[in-house]
Amino acid sequence: MSIRHLSLIALVAAFSPAFAATPLAAQLTAYASAARSENPAFAGFSAQRGEVLHRTEFGRGKPDSPACASCHGQDPRQPGTARSGKRIDPMALSVTPGRYADPAKVEKWFKRNCDEVLGRACTAQEKGDWLSFVASR
Amino acid sequence: MKMTLRPLVLVALAAGFSALVLGSARAGGSHFFPPVSEPLVREECGSCHLAFAPSMLPAASWRKMMGELDRHFGEDATVDPEIARKITAWLVANAGDSGGSRYGAKLLRGVDAGAAPQRITGLPKWVREHREVPDWEWRHKEVRSKANCVACHADAERGYYED
Repeated sequence: MSIRHLSLIALVAAFSPAFAATPLAAQLTAYASAARSENPAFAGFSAQRGEVLHRTEFGRGKPDSPACASCHGQDPRQPGTARSGKRIDPMALSVTPGRYADPAKVEKWFKRNCDEVLGRACTAQEKGDWLSFVASR
Repeated sequence: MKMTLRPLVLVALAAGFSALVLGSARAGGSHFFPPVSEPLVREECGSCHLAFAPSMLPAASWRKMMGELDRHFGEDATVDPEIARKITAWLVANAGDSGGSRYGAKLLRGVDAGAAPQRITGLPKWVREHREVPDWEWRHKEVRSKANCVACHADAERGYYED
């Protein structure tokens, strides 16, 4: 049920004209096809899984940043704080609408931050889940 | 004659005085460092920390820093090589011992010519200026890091570092 449900949401999102035209939607589509080739059983992205990813303390990257939430905070609608003390604008698309408009920038930060939190690159599945999470908030 | 000249002299004196004051205010005395105006540098150097003014370090410092971005104060801050080249050129052109020397000269006092200090907070002049800040203030949760200028200098983003 849940997988069918999720694919339905993904379908609706992909075909709603306002969303389909955004660079974020295009990037999610690209991650989806990458995820399918990483795993033939790929069944769409999940904002719920993205939220779990966001909060999980992996502790395999930098000691300062066991989780995404260490710097970004648990609630993506709230600002975060970088190690330097600088404020990080909220990750939730509804609060910071300009975010995720540049796919190269999104990739740059996945590369840096996945390394610092998970100690490895994120999979396409993880990237898509997390983006779905912040886009849904 | 004397009576009519005197106000004129006064006006001239006042004008001269304010020109002097305004002139040094525009230069900001020793506490103004023009903020990063270049959008590319603002974006790439200003997302994790305040985009530090190029006049706060000598050109040699920026060259060294941009060559070691994979080990940038404990972070991998590498950027696309073409972007790195543009950023380096801009920082070097506006460094405290080149294009930005009228702003950076005082802060760079006591730095040997050719030296490439990496920490603005390690410059002798910086250390002297902050010697009265107690340890607990640095550890305050709103400060966290000596690189967080805006925690105390509210106008740092605009280049002003008065007390």
